[in-house]
Amino acid sequence: MSRPTLFALQVLVAVVCIVLWQVLSTVPVFGKILLPPFFFSNPFDVFSQIVKWFASGVIWKHLGITLAESILAFVIGSAGGVLVGFWFARQPLVAAVFDPYVKMVNALPRVVLAPIFALWLGLGIWSKVALGVTLVFFIVFFNVYQGVKEVSRTVLDNGRMLGMSERQLMQHVYWPSALSWMFSSLHTSVGFAVVGAVVGEYLGSAAGLGYLIQQAEGVFDVAGVFAGMFVLSAFVILIDYGVTLVERRLLVWRPTASDGRG
Amino acid sequence: MTTPTAVALEDAKVAFRLGDGRVYTAVEKAHLTVAQGEFVAIVGPTGCGKSTLLNVAAGLLKPAAGSVRIFDQPLTGLNREAGYLFQADALFPWKTALDNVAIGLEIKGTPRSEALPQAQKWLTSVGLGAFAGRYPHMLSGGQRKRVALAQVLIRDPKILLMDEPFGPLDAQTRQVMGNLLLDLWNADRKAVLFVTHDLEEAIALADRVVIMSAGPSSRIIGDWRVSLPRPRDIFEVRLDKEFHALHREIWSVLKDEVMKGYAQSTHAAEAV
Repeated sequence: MSRPTLFALQVLVAVVCIVLWQVLSTVPVFGKILLPPFFFSNPFDVFSQIVKWFASGVIWKHLGITLAESILAFVIGSAGGVLVGFWFARQPLVAAVFDPYVKMVNALPRVVLAPIFALWLGLGIWSKVALGVTLVFFIVFFNVYQGVKEVSRTVLDNGRMLGMSERQLMQHVYWPSALSWMFSSLHTSVGFAVVGAVVGEYLGSAAGLGYLIQQAEGVFDVAGVFAGMFVLSAFVILIDYGVTLVERRLLVWRPTASDGRG
Repeated sequence: MTTPTAVALEDAKVAFRLGDGRVYTAVEKAHLTVAQGEFVAIVGPTGCGKSTLLNVAAGLLKPAAGSVRIFDQPLTGLNREAGYLFQADALFPWKTALDNVAIGLEIKGTPRSEALPQAQKWLTSVGLGAFAGRYPHMLSGGQRKRVALAQVLIRDPKILLMDEPFGPLDAQTRQVMGNLLLDLWNADRKAVLFVTHDLEEAIALADRVVIMSAGPSSRIIGDWRVSLPRPRDIFEVRLDKEFHALHREIWSVLKDEVMKGYAQSTHAAEAV
């Protein structure tokens, strides 16, 4: 299928959904409105709410804060994950000792940590960053750990026979391998960084997209809730697109599924 | 004047400890020397431990008994005089062909600005001058072997260890690669230890063909000198009368071992 056709179909899905939503929430069917505006609002109100946010400029502050929290969570979580992943993979004893604790912490639903972080770090951005870090860290950690452990035996032996020292093996073999695994999970970890930030804001904050949604919910402003969700979705799609660009640049050496491995 | 010995395996024995605590002896008392400038091929049935023997010469494996001497020095740790061409893909997938070749020099501390032109020269000499910017996955199996060959040769090792390097390639590509190898080798005649399961390939390439018995506890059971004139062309040499006579002679010994090796491997599979 050609790209324009695909795009047209994708747009069509959105148009159909929005039109259905608009019709069902404003035009009575058999004397009854199927989507009562109080619960479902309608596309027009949601859209005008979004326009109002952007026109007045209030939204930029919230977007900026959520973005800052997401980036900080991603950077700190990734750095930690890479360091600990490397360390564990190179020191099997350390990995074995900490294994049950890593599993325990990872099994914990992070939402329960949010109040604790709020208590420790206050209601500013750092409690949200901390929540994002706990999500990002484990994804990156497991991938780097795997990446270092699964370096091909032959490639490693080749490096050794070419005369690489431990440090050079690190630089030319372990590091690129670990990075490629980390980047393969980039979409997931960036997504989780945003989730951490928004959930943190939702549970207690004074700014950010999560705060906007939570505020609207508090006053039964359904249009506001939907508007917040749409802005959030667009925000995530934009970030995801950025990640795709970075990935294409950095993983150029990797075969894509379509060109085979022959 | 006697030519110095590049590689000497003296009664080398290789054994592995299996998971259940038993000891598996792969190679028993192997005695093998490769003189400087000599091309020696090791041929044997599947699972006879010929690659194992090569890993011992490379220092990747330690012999359980016996000793390894490289240029009359006992080998400790990795063999720093040797370049190793692996059977499986061993290129760094995240480096371009050019970087893969240049890394051989960069490791030694050659500045990148000097390493790159040399790498380009080597790529050209293995016929891949136009593929410098490709990543390994964009190259065919034969092209990857060429890059691997350049990667090893750019370091100018005194000894070349090759573990069925052309094994995964198709028949025609193998012959082309064989000729390329002979051309490059002819330039400075390094000591070569070449492991293969293909007797024809061994005779066509080598000065000496060494036959190993079927494993376990395999040993060297034959050593033939190949006196076909050099430089050789692999396509031509196969038509030579002497080639055929030698092939028949060696095959009469090798055949029994191949059958034994085959029987053992099917047996082992049934036991599992």
